[in-house]
Amino acid sequence: MEFQAVVMAAGGGSRMTDLTSSIPKPLLPVGNRPLLWYPLNLLERAGFEEVIVITRKEIQKMLSLDTKMKLDFVYISDNVDMGTADSLRHIHQKIKTDVLVLSCDLITDVDLYKVVDLFRTHDATLSMLMKKAPEPTEVAPGQKGKKKPVEQRDFIGVDDTGKRLLFMANEADLDEELVIKRSILQKHPRMHIRTGLMDAHLYCLKKYVVDFLVENRTITSLRSELIPHLVRKQFSSPTSLQQGLDNKEEGRKKKEQASLDIYSFIKEDNSLLKPAPDNSCWNDHRGDMNETLHEGKVRCYVHIMKEGLCCRVNTLALYIEANRQVPKLLLNLGLEEPLVHGTAQITDRGMVGSDSIIGSSTQIGEKTSIKHSIIGSACTIKDKVKITNCIIMNSVTIEEGCCLQGSVICNNAVIEKGADIKDCLIGSDQRLETKGK
Amino acid sequence: MAEREAPGGAGPGAAPSVPVVVQGPELSREEKLQLRKEKKQQKKKKRNEKGTAAEPPEPGTAADPAQPRVTPHPASPPASANAPNDGEKPPGGKSKAELRAERRAKQEAERAQKQAKKAELGQGAAPAKPRLTPTEAPSVVKRLPEHVQVDDPAAQRKLAKKLERQQVPLRQDYGTKVNLFSHLHQYSRKKPLTQQMSIPSTVIHPAVVRLGLQYSQGIINGSNARCIALLEVFKQLIRDYSTPPNEELSRDLVAKLKPHISFLNQCRPLSVSMGNAIKFLKKEISCLPDTLREEEAKEKLQGTIDNYLREKIVLAAEAISKSAFEKINDNDVILVYGCSSLVNRTLCDAHTQTDRTFRVIVVDSRPRLEGRETLRRLVRHGIHCTYVMINAISYVLPEVSKVLLGAHALLANGSVMSRVGTSQIALVSKAYNVPVLVCCETYKFCERVQTDSFVSNELDDPDDLIVQRKGQAQLGGWAENKSLRLLNLVYDVTPPDLVDLVITDLGMIPCTSVPVVLRVKNVDQQ
Repeated sequence: MEFQAVVMAAGGGSRMTDLTSSIPKPLLPVGNRPLLWYPLNLLERAGFEEVIVITRKEIQKMLSLDTKMKLDFVYISDNVDMGTADSLRHIHQKIKTDVLVLSCDLITDVDLYKVVDLFRTHDATLSMLMKKAPEPTEVAPGQKGKKKPVEQRDFIGVDDTGKRLLFMANEADLDEELVIKRSILQKHPRMHIRTGLMDAHLYCLKKYVVDFLVENRTITSLRSELIPHLVRKQFSSPTSLQQGLDNKEEGRKKKEQASLDIYSFIKEDNSLLKPAPDNSCWNDHRGDMNETLHEGKVRCYVHIMKEGLCCRVNTLALYIEANRQVPKLLLNLGLEEPLVHGTAQITDRGMVGSDSIIGSSTQIGEKTSIKHSIIGSACTIKDKVKITNCIIMNSVTIEEGCCLQGSVICNNAVIEKGADIKDCLIGSDQRLETKGK
Repeated sequence: MAEREAPGGAGPGAAPSVPVVVQGPELSREEKLQLRKEKKQQKKKKRNEKGTAAEPPEPGTAADPAQPRVTPHPASPPASANAPNDGEKPPGGKSKAELRAERRAKQEAERAQKQAKKAELGQGAAPAKPRLTPTEAPSVVKRLPEHVQVDDPAAQRKLAKKLERQQVPLRQDYGTKVNLFSHLHQYSRKKPLTQQMSIPSTVIHPAVVRLGLQYSQGIINGSNARCIALLEVFKQLIRDYSTPPNEELSRDLVAKLKPHISFLNQCRPLSVSMGNAIKFLKKEISCLPDTLREEEAKEKLQGTIDNYLREKIVLAAEAISKSAFEKINDNDVILVYGCSSLVNRTLCDAHTQTDRTFRVIVVDSRPRLEGRETLRRLVRHGIHCTYVMINAISYVLPEVSKVLLGAHALLANGSVMSRVGTSQIALVSKAYNVPVLVCCETYKFCERVQTDSFVSNELDDPDDLIVQRKGQAQLGGWAENKSLRLLNLVYDVTPPDLVDLVITDLGMIPCTSVPVVLRVKNVDQQ
């Protein structure tokens, strides 16, 4: 078996508590499907047959997905606060080959083979996906007036071909200067540093990285700790080669340190293929007297998407953005379900915009215009309602004469007659009085 | 050509208007059936016309429709020779003797036609031919390999069916090809074969997928490197293989290897060294005694692969390098081309193991620019090098004392198949009277005979020729221009009279002794 897929669905959605207080993040409806459906659909389209899903128990009960793959649910309890790396450690017994780790909030139509081919061709330790992040244009509803926190930028350094990952640092970890080690520049004199990239949280990892995680218990998060560590390790020599400054500190301490070095986990399987690259005339760099790949054993590669959809539903603004992009994605996927569900009763077809999604059993009254919106199932929308750019979840009742713009309305809310709502976030089970603003 | 199988007098006026298919020698099955049916109908029509009911159908007619048609020109003389014969006879009833004589004459004429056709067709005989023409003497039918028949739809259909059966995806050709090379495949590096496969590859072993990707992206390059990598992956395949119940390892393993070999072939056409290694391995597997248990058999196979690697590649390289650096004298100037692992090894050994001083001129060519890798390795060893492009060879040759070349394969007529540009270097060296030495291991000797570089070659990605200068790619839009074709050849064939000596692990032989070595090798293997 070549790969095992792992989907991390245990996260809490800490950056959008308004939405996730009532619904757990993997079940948030995006385009009337639970958020978890999208990464699972991506894996199914690529040809995976089994997926390990790490989630909380109550989520699995509420989940109803129609997928042909075999889903293996692993539960972690609510009390324990586990990071992504901790979760991998938790299931390390199940992992027998290289893993493909996905986050549950990833919506993308990338060709997976591009990321995986980098991993295969160069026998890489890590291969990940990134996309040029779009500029945040609109203010998210419910956050008007709040000052946005300081941007936490990521500095990503890639080599000339744009595939090899040389440098990764987050602004929060740096004091004032960006420090680049000389060894990196000696080996790769041309490096492109980019700040506008968004990490899609899709990683291909070799099996020995999981073994390394098991031993090294200090790493809790994949994204913020393990990945930068691997990227840094590409250009540093194994600690076993370094002669310790204090020879007196022998014994236990040094042994511990040595065993925590990832180089000790890399199986010498690759020595099989050593004679071939010696005879081959390919080299990944020029103008240097060194061998191919500088004989480095740890290699990290990144595939930067130029076009296509790739978003992570992390914050409210991104959630709304994702909902906006999803109708196009669903059309491209060629699913049989039309955007407007069959059982929806709509009196005035013409008033419903072409990229709006309407769920099942929804009743929409006369003279109601719906544009660029997503309406969940079992909603009741009375007459003369104008809905633009909204996300309406399940079982919402909207009385006559309302006008909603740019808002998010959660489950079971009731909006009385004549309300005029603009850029608001209405939680679930709320009730808005008549003629409210 | 109009074949006259109409019994009795078919006057020249009643020449059957059979469609003349002016095509290549091979017709598909359906077309042959169609032709047969048409001829039968016309025969019936003529019989009803003449009213001769008791005419026995010609025995040769059953075989005739199956014969592929030839161009009208060479066959018209025999046809016209028939006409006067037939025209003489009265249309109505004939005597038995006359009929017999007629039939005999017809058969003679047809036999003559068949001989003429055989001389024309040469090697391109359809495999169905021996079955349908029992009157022909069994000749050695040489089948053209698929990879030089890309413009023949029948051969491509057969390939597609075979790949479908093995569950290997078919790689699409890319871009318009130069007409002279339209019979070869041309793939694009940006469209790898993995695009059409599921991500955790189930049908093909992951190691083979990785190897195929490394071949197609050019990471493993060079005849020796590809062969070594292939054998290592085969070792892994054998390790991971387990015989299904009720199957013989010797037969099943060969069948299991076939899809992987097809996959590698789709990623990049197999090299001659790889082909010879595969032939050797298949023979070893099928010769395994049945008494061995599975683990023993697997170990034995791994041992034979290791032996092959060690003897034919590693030790051969040592032997060649030793005999080659005998040829390097003090103050020699040696010209090398491209990147050949053998030549590099020879030069590095010569530098370290003897104390002769020599310098090297490395000749390079676009688009691969492999000479840079040679340059890096030699300079790292401390050898004094000069680097020129291939268009400068006539300027540097006056100071060169010998030329050392590597080879991809040595063909049975003594020609050397090597990287494109090698024959140029050999030609110009001959003009300057510089000796040309070729280093090649015996496992790269091949039974093919080629006198030109067109028939069997490899077309690389044409986009490699696009060069970016100052942000602009001059040839970037070549696909839109209908009268522009890009050609990126990989190999070329050097005729044996341009090569002075071939250094092999069996010794130093002239080019024309290659068939002798092949013969000796075959005897050895049997």
